[in-house]
Amino acid sequence: MGNKKHIIGYNTYILVWLSLLALTAITVSIAGIHLGDYTLLIAMFIAAIKSALVINIFMHIKFDEPIFKVFLALSGFTLLIIFVLTFFDFIYR
Amino acid sequence: MANGVIAIEEKNFYQQSTNKYSGILSWLLTTDHKRIGLMYLYTISFFFIVGVIIGILMRLELLTPGKTIVDAQTYNTLFTLHGVIMIFLFIIPGLPAIFGNFFLPIQIGARDVAFPRLNLLSYYVYVVGAILVFISLFLPGGPIDTGWTFYIPYSVRSSTNVSMAILAAFILGFSSILTGINFITTVHRLRAPEMTFFKMPLFVWATYATAWIQIIATPVIGITILLVIIERTFGVGIFDPALGGDPILFQHLFWIYSHPAVYIMILPAMGVVSEIIPTFARRTIFGYKAIAMSSLAIAFVGYLVWAHHMFTSGMSDTARWVFSLLTFIVALPSGVKVFNWVATMYKGSIDPQTPFLWVMAFIFLFSIGGLTGLVLGSLATDVHLHDTYFVVAHFHYVMFGGTGTIFFAALHYWFPKMFGRMYFKKVANIAVLLFFIGFNMLYFTKFIMGYMGMPRRYYDYLPQFATLQEISTVGSWILALAIFLMAGNLIYSLRKGPKAGPNPWGGVTLEWHIPSPPPMENFKEIPTITHEPYDFSQLKEMKNES
Amino acid sequence: MNHNTIVGNEYNHTIEHVHRDDVGAKMGMWLFLFTEVLLFGGMFLTYAVYRYQYSEQFRLAAMELNTGIGTLNTVILLTSSLTVALSIAAIQKKNKFLSILMLSVTVVFALMFLVNKYFEWMAKINHGIFPASEELLGRPNGQILFFGLYYVMTGLHGLHVLIGVIVLLFMLYFLIKNDITLDNYTKLENAGLYWHLVDLIWIFLFPLFYLIQ
Repeated sequence: MGNKKHIIGYNTYILVWLSLLALTAITVSIAGIHLGDYTLLIAMFIAAIKSALVINIFMHIKFDEPIFKVFLALSGFTLLIIFVLTFFDFIYR
Repeated sequence: MANGVIAIEEKNFYQQSTNKYSGILSWLLTTDHKRIGLMYLYTISFFFIVGVIIGILMRLELLTPGKTIVDAQTYNTLFTLHGVIMIFLFIIPGLPAIFGNFFLPIQIGARDVAFPRLNLLSYYVYVVGAILVFISLFLPGGPIDTGWTFYIPYSVRSSTNVSMAILAAFILGFSSILTGINFITTVHRLRAPEMTFFKMPLFVWATYATAWIQIIATPVIGITILLVIIERTFGVGIFDPALGGDPILFQHLFWIYSHPAVYIMILPAMGVVSEIIPTFARRTIFGYKAIAMSSLAIAFVGYLVWAHHMFTSGMSDTARWVFSLLTFIVALPSGVKVFNWVATMYKGSIDPQTPFLWVMAFIFLFSIGGLTGLVLGSLATDVHLHDTYFVVAHFHYVMFGGTGTIFFAALHYWFPKMFGRMYFKKVANIAVLLFFIGFNMLYFTKFIMGYMGMPRRYYDYLPQFATLQEISTVGSWILALAIFLMAGNLIYSLRKGPKAGPNPWGGVTLEWHIPSPPPMENFKEIPTITHEPYDFSQLKEMKNES
Repeated sequence: MNHNTIVGNEYNHTIEHVHRDDVGAKMGMWLFLFTEVLLFGGMFLTYAVYRYQYSEQFRLAAMELNTGIGTLNTVILLTSSLTVALSIAAIQKKNKFLSILMLSVTVVFALMFLVNKYFEWMAKINHGIFPASEELLGRPNGQILFFGLYYVMTGLHGLHVLIGVIVLLFMLYFLIKNDITLDNYTKLENAGLYWHLVDLIWIFLFPLFYLIQ
């Protein structure tokens, strides 16, 4: 098993960290502009990119057992369904 | 192999301990999945009996209109406790924690679960939760009276010990999660080398699907319970209508867990049925892959239908028809299972032993439960039947007639394997018959009363319900007698029953290949899997094994 | 799933279980993390529903939160995520000293986060804004809910940070005691996974509370 380990270098981590900081700067400055309803959408989109970076690189899921990705998709998909179905109630009330 | 191995061959898991202790400590600190399974068996059976006694008290109270033995507030407490104990302490952990623990590792050819110490921890977490439930009964404020659903706003306003009782439910949920994590990892990591996913017994498939629900659904009730406790303690307003909180949101969150939880209860039972039917029909299971996949399908579909518990809550009309429509999807994978079971029996050489009789009772009772579920799942009829005895009857047919019956079936099926002794079959068969009669008297009358408009959870009733209420109460006595007879037979047989060989039923899954009771680490060598899971042609070879 | 990695056969055959399965341990950790995601998922759902119902009041209430402190805490958590990742990378590259250093830095960042959070909460409480306070009850329902959710969600997250600090301190102890070694560091990886999750949740909390204009 040991030989399967994929080791990520320091530089990659630092690069990811810098991108995360940059994305934070972007999301904070965009919040200052009046974009109406799009603000939330853009903020969530940036948060999604940030979490993709954290999950893939920091949390190694890109290099781990493929089944972990299936698990992740499964729980994320379930959460999405829960949100959508709940809003069938609140949107149409 | 090392010399130490020889000692293992001769002793079973009762005679050999995983730790350095002997006596009671060797059990309390064990990491052996079989011993932990048995500790669950004893603890859960105890709470089951407590739940049964409370149920009988409730039926006794309803024997006559008005006050019979307890006052109205006590009655509120009784039905709440009956629900909390039966659901959180008996039926949710019942099959996975007892039989899953004991047989899942054996059936996939493993020596233990993936995290044995975590397994012991989740047992103790369960015990702590159970103790909290009991402490909440005796603290000032009085026992919880909200019903097991803890609906707000009453659960926030009630002056009884709601916080502690639901904290217990939170902790029990944690135990359930840990068990789920353990089982999924075990199935993925510890299968014997040739044990591919599609060679796993169907009980393993069902338990695996259940474990996924335990992991993904339980945290939602966890956060819901935390929010109620926070609301009661700090008054933040999230669940307080006066401050803008939405009680229907609570119901959503509650049922997002509690509906999938219904499948935590029933899926392992369906797995046990898929074990018992081939064994006693002497025939390979019909549609193995369909049954395996339908377990996963049920686990998934279970997330799509929760709001059918809320048709009269005041949620939007769109949500009502969407959820009603989705509800009917559940019938598909359940139907796949039932048809495949029946097809398995077709042209089999059926040997109607006690476990098989329990399964027959299951198919009958569960079908009634399932079909009346369609009545409740369709929007138009539910509006009339919501919160009546019809609902009570429906879920007792599904939960007790379904999972409860299979709990007994599993107990009778695996008893010789777990304890190395056989019970007295005639007595056991009489218990099945009595159970069946008592059960239908007790609960079928409730369908009729509910249809006539008798609301659930009421302390009193109109005179026109008197006859049916009496029949129902008498049914509860017959049911109690059946359980008493069954339990007595099993307990007596623990010591006095005739010795059972390694394979009393002629089963072919891995647990029947090893001695009864199993040795310490189950297998001398990790078994090689040469057959499909329900290939009865291997029975001849197995005779040579022993 | 890669069947070559199944260790069933290599199972160490003694009564003491000395069998070790790193992939299994990590799998267990991931499964646990999903339960955390779903736990916060329920919270986010509550937030989403109330924000949908009271979007204007949420906007007004959110203006009172200190975006500066929120951004600072975001930077702190992101950096701590980096340092814990570096700590794991260091032990993989057999650099125990760097690993200990980076882990200690992570703990310091985590504590800084909590201190900031404390001052942020205290500032609000001193202004009379806390659950069931007179000041808050005098406001419209949407604002009561916003601050209710603010305290509950950041509080629950803060609790996870606190647990994270304890876990990381244990890892530090194991590292120093050589319980976590150059070829057995799954514990540290799992602690790192937990810490990244805490970071992930904050990545969503931050825009939802501090960046509503």
